[in-house]
Amino acid sequence: MTELKEYQYAENGYQLHIIPTKKFKTNMIMVRFLSPLRRENATKRALLPFVLQKGTKEFPSERLLRIKLDELYGAQLSVDSSKKGENLLITLRISFVNEKFIQNNTSLLTEVLHLLRQILLEPNGTEHAFLPELVAKEKNTLRQKIESIKDQKMQYANMRLIDEMCKGEPYETHVHGYLEDLDSVNENNLYDEFIAMIQHDQMDVYALGDLHVEKTKEAIGKVLTFSREPKHESPLSNHRVHIDEVKEIKEAQKIQQGKLQIGFRTNTTFKDDDYFALQIYNGLFGGFPHSKLFMNVREKHQLAYYAASRFESHKGLLLVFSGIAPQSFDKAKEIILEQVEEMKKGNFTEEQLEETKRLTVHQLKETLDNPYGIVELMYHQVLAEKNMSPEEMFAALEKVTKNDLIALAEKIELDTIYFLTSEGDQ
Amino acid sequence: MKSFQLEQIGETLYHKKLENGLDVFLLPRMEMEKTYGIFSTKYGSIDQTFTPIGQSDYTTVPDGIAHFLEHKLFEKEDGDVFQQFSKQGASANAYTSFTRTSYLFSSTENVKENVQTLLDFVQEPYFTEETVEKEKGIIGQEIKMYDDQPDWRLFFGTIGSLYHHHPVKIDIAGTVESIQQITKDDLYTCYETFYHPSNMILLITGSFDPETMLQDVEDNQRKKSFRPADNIQRSFPDEPVSVAEKEREIRMPVSTSKCLVGIKQNPAQLTSDHIPKLKLVTQMVYDFFFSRSGEYYEELYREGLIEDEFDYEIHIENNFGFSMIGGDSTKPKELSARLREMLLQLKQEEISDENFERMKRKKQGDLIRTLNSLEATANQFIDYHQLGLNYFDVYETLNTMTKDDFSSILAEWIKEEQISTCYVLPES
Repeated sequence: MTELKEYQYAENGYQLHIIPTKKFKTNMIMVRFLSPLRRENATKRALLPFVLQKGTKEFPSERLLRIKLDELYGAQLSVDSSKKGENLLITLRISFVNEKFIQNNTSLLTEVLHLLRQILLEPNGTEHAFLPELVAKEKNTLRQKIESIKDQKMQYANMRLIDEMCKGEPYETHVHGYLEDLDSVNENNLYDEFIAMIQHDQMDVYALGDLHVEKTKEAIGKVLTFSREPKHESPLSNHRVHIDEVKEIKEAQKIQQGKLQIGFRTNTTFKDDDYFALQIYNGLFGGFPHSKLFMNVREKHQLAYYAASRFESHKGLLLVFSGIAPQSFDKAKEIILEQVEEMKKGNFTEEQLEETKRLTVHQLKETLDNPYGIVELMYHQVLAEKNMSPEEMFAALEKVTKNDLIALAEKIELDTIYFLTSEGDQ
Repeated sequence: MKSFQLEQIGETLYHKKLENGLDVFLLPRMEMEKTYGIFSTKYGSIDQTFTPIGQSDYTTVPDGIAHFLEHKLFEKEDGDVFQQFSKQGASANAYTSFTRTSYLFSSTENVKENVQTLLDFVQEPYFTEETVEKEKGIIGQEIKMYDDQPDWRLFFGTIGSLYHHHPVKIDIAGTVESIQQITKDDLYTCYETFYHPSNMILLITGSFDPETMLQDVEDNQRKKSFRPADNIQRSFPDEPVSVAEKEREIRMPVSTSKCLVGIKQNPAQLTSDHIPKLKLVTQMVYDFFFSRSGEYYEELYREGLIEDEFDYEIHIENNFGFSMIGGDSTKPKELSARLREMLLQLKQEEISDENFERMKRKKQGDLIRTLNSLEATANQFIDYHQLGLNYFDVYETLNTMTKDDFSSILAEWIKEEQISTCYVLPES
């Protein structure tokens, strides 16, 4: 395995991470802002990525900005917002081809960094505001996007489960924002939010690729020069939630297939020693085709095409999702909950445990074949304030025992069952 | 084994056609953790009417059978092949498209065993009445899942409006009704006909030694016997150049309207010497005018006709081709009208040297970027191989492309009769 080394530097107001690797044909720069997740500014934060891509002072329209990127051999720019644990992230990525593969002498890195500075420090607008017509238009775009979530049934059902399960917790916040908050957003207060992000968010910059560490550090240092005063709020993680009673919610729409979503609390996050046991647990329970969910819900009872689980690393959730016929609800629920009990009883073989470890390690290694995958893996450490190299992660996965899994299974608590069903089947 | 230096990207590709007719391609990428293997047959949802191996009369099989067969190949007398891959630390999958069925794995260990498993499970079918019946429930849910997805309905709705008879209009998974008719004998008929090694390709890319890998594959294949290869006869209905319906509406319980404009490719242009340029030019044209750096995109955005979800896709195969462009819109009818105008206007557009250079640069960057992903590289390679082409020639095709090549394709591309629109609109 190629060893990945991450060089870290505390720069003025941000943390710089440089990961040199010759694995890829492209290089990439990522800038990530982190702030606590909360309803009050969620809509503005959802809107920012749209507005920021619409141009800068030097390239004052989306088209001019994109033409510039095209000229740089199709450099790719993306800006998005997401949540990890109870944190809101705004992420800007630019990936560009390694100059080695093109007959051109210009330094793409220099050009890309210049663009990055433009987007972050010279956005399209006046001194205190974005352009009003642009903000108005992008509010419409966001409105449309929020409304269309209802049309993507899997995504909608997942959102609804979290709404119900995490009611009253910061994690319930919709990272795509709220229709009813859109009206109050304008070019001025959106700009203020942007400045707050630039000034006060925790900020991390990653550079990954065929890069010379010292030269890259210098080049980035020259461009990202601004005085920041990050507020030193620790990234938020889970706080233990007491479950009084399991919630069961059914909602009906005009659909063909029901979406069953079940949420559990794992009471384990990336920080914890048993986090690696959780990864194996998830694999055995619902993460792989040999898992209990796939084998029972799909193969044995043929109730679904998909039946799987995934976990949230920083909030401590385990989420089961399956598409079933509306009339199969009771049976599917029963089978899924049975599998949870089977895990508690340790009803799996050593061989299955070993298989799951092999596949989990494989999955993690596979992540290292993708530039974004590497950076995301590294960023877990920022969120959890815990340093761990990929090699240490592999070792920790290998060490998980059957007893670890049984102990972990005891911590897993059923919280909410959500079913999106068809009208008339309720 | 022949080797080809891919100088521009610093890689080497190896090829051998085995005695049984199987094309084996190896693309080592020693810097990667994993190895990705894909075993693919030229058999997809459009291959509905054909002469079964050893017979001379045409037969027509139920809709969705290629996809059904794909599901069933994973099941064996002693269990599920997924489990076998799991034991060997590999993840496996498969997919069926219009023209091919592909089986794949990726693994970071036991690569040799996983290649054997891939070859063996695809080449040793085990179909029984009982297991065939069992799968109908699972695939039924897969179909229903797609039925609830407006984008999928829109995609097939658009194809349906483009084609009168061609089986590309049939949903790849078939329908809940059509799959009920599938029997184990149907599966064997299709299997015997289309899964002959001479109709297949094996591509392995990742971290391995090519000499040893080829030896392992050859040893595996030598142990198996196959009937002599037969020339597969497929039959396709005559399909007019013009579209079947100019407009089609699908009513669904959606909150956002959608519009997709389809352009049917004139099959006369789908010759193997023309396809390499046609594919590139089509991609470059859409990108130049309709991506976010495009003049037309900017107009549509300014006119308030498009939202964040706006995209295009291109399918070019040997006997059919089409492209589609559209997305979410609050004014779907106006969007359709403007897109039609723009598409017809394209042939009059003058491209400056500077713009042509920019287009080529961007495409060059895209092609290099594809190599970051083993999956994307392998899929592109197989796509081209299906058309009788070598994907890696694409760099040279792009380098040598002139503005005249570009303009001549643009001039011939679209006529009004080849355009249709499909909408997904809210009920009532």
